[in-house]
Amino acid sequence: MKLWKTILAAAALALAAGTSAMAARTDLVIGIPLEPPHLDPTAGAAAAIDEVLYANVFEGLTRIGPNGEVLPDLAEGWSISDDGKVYTFKLHTGVKFHDGSDFNADDVKFSLDRARADNSVNAQKGLFAAIGKVEVVDPATVTVTLKNPQGSFLYNMGWGDAVIVAPETADTNKEKPIGTGPFKFQNWAKGSSITLVKSDNYWGAPVFLDKAEFRIVPDAAAAVPALLSGDIQAFPFFDPDSVAQVKDDPRFKVVIGSTEGETILSINNKKPPFDKLQVRQAISFALDRKAIIDGASAGLGVPIGSHMSPASKAYVDLTGLYPHNVDKAKELLKEAGLENGFKATLKLPPPSYARLGGEIIASELREIGIDLEIIPVEWAQWLDQVFTKKDYDLTIVSHTEPNDIDIYSRKDYYFNYDNPAFDKIIDELNLTSDEAKRMTLLGEAQKVLADDAVVGFLYELPKVGVWDAKLQGLWENAPIQANDLTKVKWTD
Amino acid sequence: MTAYLLKRLAIAVVTLVLASMVVFAVLEIIPGDPARLMLGLNASADQIELLRSQMGLNAPVVLRYLHWAGGLLSLDFGRSYTYSVPVIDLVRERLVVSLPLALMALALSTVIAIPVGLFSASRRGRAGDTIAMGAAQLGVAVPNFWFALMLIYLFAVWLRLVPGGGFPGWSAGVWPALKSLLLPAVALALPQAAILARVTRSALIEVLNEDYIRTARAKGLPYRLVLWRHALRNAMIPVVTILGLQFAFLLAGTIIIENVFYLPGLGRLVFQAINQRDLIVVESVVMLLVAAVIVVNFVVDLSYAVVDPRLRGRQ
Repeated sequence: MKLWKTILAAAALALAAGTSAMAARTDLVIGIPLEPPHLDPTAGAAAAIDEVLYANVFEGLTRIGPNGEVLPDLAEGWSISDDGKVYTFKLHTGVKFHDGSDFNADDVKFSLDRARADNSVNAQKGLFAAIGKVEVVDPATVTVTLKNPQGSFLYNMGWGDAVIVAPETADTNKEKPIGTGPFKFQNWAKGSSITLVKSDNYWGAPVFLDKAEFRIVPDAAAAVPALLSGDIQAFPFFDPDSVAQVKDDPRFKVVIGSTEGETILSINNKKPPFDKLQVRQAISFALDRKAIIDGASAGLGVPIGSHMSPASKAYVDLTGLYPHNVDKAKELLKEAGLENGFKATLKLPPPSYARLGGEIIASELREIGIDLEIIPVEWAQWLDQVFTKKDYDLTIVSHTEPNDIDIYSRKDYYFNYDNPAFDKIIDELNLTSDEAKRMTLLGEAQKVLADDAVVGFLYELPKVGVWDAKLQGLWENAPIQANDLTKVKWTD
Repeated sequence: MTAYLLKRLAIAVVTLVLASMVVFAVLEIIPGDPARLMLGLNASADQIELLRSQMGLNAPVVLRYLHWAGGLLSLDFGRSYTYSVPVIDLVRERLVVSLPLALMALALSTVIAIPVGLFSASRRGRAGDTIAMGAAQLGVAVPNFWFALMLIYLFAVWLRLVPGGGFPGWSAGVWPALKSLLLPAVALALPQAAILARVTRSALIEVLNEDYIRTARAKGLPYRLVLWRHALRNAMIPVVTILGLQFAFLLAGTIIIENVFYLPGLGRLVFQAINQRDLIVVESVVMLLVAAVIVVNFVVDLSYAVVDPRLRGRQ
């Protein structure tokens, strides 16, 4: 027994010595919950694709920074014509793709034309809808002419779906991604991990890591021991419920940041009795956001009163419009002629914020006489029944696309919301590039949605990141879903 | 024997055909569109239609079934909708994890279960038997994901002897790969061993009550020889049957353990494919598993003949 202990102690010592000797590490293993279906950001909506490749392997004309700002990327600068329709991009020179071929204006034209072509299956084709034509002026200059001015154009070009790809490799990027970024793709062990290594001929500021492995860990319970054993050193998107297990451990940093995920109780606005404003308002009054955040998101998450991230510059605090007030809610139901309550369904997709939040919301609505039947569905069913066929009363979902308030103006969107006044604001917003004017319009849009109580606005999904305390440079917030490794380094 | 084999073969073929129809029909009925899943919330209806036709999803059901089933005959399993690589490649990548894992777990479970079963049966009703069967009861009752987590905390987090999860691939070397399968194999083997030990024990007890055992004892054969030579061999048929079932389960029914150890096994491939409505992957993998179960059952049938010589002469 004593010998056993001695051996253990010796082993532990050797291990400790081994770790400290590797102080200036240049490798990193990052845990991600979902495996990307393929590795081409221009051909799929799965967030997991961008979580591996965005800013690391692929780059766009512009990019989104850690706080949601638009930064120059492959375009070192640009000028905009006075009518706001012609963008002239000046490109970096000496940029090479990972296969050794040169990057130039032709690649930009190819990528943008490919994304907006008739046969394009780009998941965010709407980002390119305003583009009228793309012209190559010289190898380092491209002009993009828009059909109409578009205030968010530079932001749009920073999405993962708008990255620049080479014509020769565009069709094989799904399996073997070739970009211009600081990391190049090395290996994908399907179901297990994706490995990137530093690219030697990178044009920009050199990165600190030589090797980054994204390891797929689908189970939240497995994430904690993986951290503790040192197998994985960072989980940028960690399960909020497991935070308590690592919070007090000095070896790790727990970083709570913001996302663009507006978590809402979606309402089918055309389906009686939800077509009545009083009913929707009653639901908003019945919701106790604090209780929902505590129960569904481990107390993390910021309450919202409309469809905008509190981290956004355009955010207007409307959470005071419908405070938790059961009496007021009952009164409104009575006005709507429903003092005896009614029955409805609540369809819940798999994420825990929906499943846990759904239980709480059902009990809160029961207090005002709305009897909800909870129906758990998988994503495929949710997309089919709720999102496509609009066969639902209520559902809970987090809308994670950045700056997506315009979804309420989309015809045939699953909210079934139709308000010409709101559409007018969004139309105007699309044509406005002046920053101050945009903020005013976005504020108005938020106000209209809150007044109409289109959906039950719950809270902004938190980004919970846990990583080794010696690691620096990972994003605190998630303005877009990405794991930008360009500034990540080990300190000692 | 030949007639017996031919009959088994015919049954296997009919089973495969029926299974292919059922699998295809069930997946046709469940809601969900792979194209919509790939393109997400912002895609237009036109785009989804375009992707559907690119994936070949717009052909009539019967045609698609015939195309797929015809492909299976020539061992062409089609291409995955989401990964857009041949299904057979996906399966091969997963089998190099799942197959060794299943075999390791099976070997472990047998090595534990048979001696425990023998021990218990020969000490029936005594303290040793009670303790062993109590432990077996516990082994059946303990959820394997919890047991797996305990193993991880002990051997990976505290002692740091093995990795807590993941699979480095066989290219990283045989020992690192085997090491990463060790804990999952133990976690899988324990409940299986517990079941197997109980089956072994009860089969042995039944045999030990037979007249020929008494005769063997009466003619002066030592108890140990009676146990190993006469009793165990006769008790093997139910044991082998359970082993066959367990192997089929271990090949694809290990999704929970695969998740806890984040191993890229077959179970997770199927689970992920169902979630993404990568129907062609689900269909083809399920068919492979049906085939595997049939083959395992066939081998079990053959092994009966090995265990019991009386079955060899039978028509």
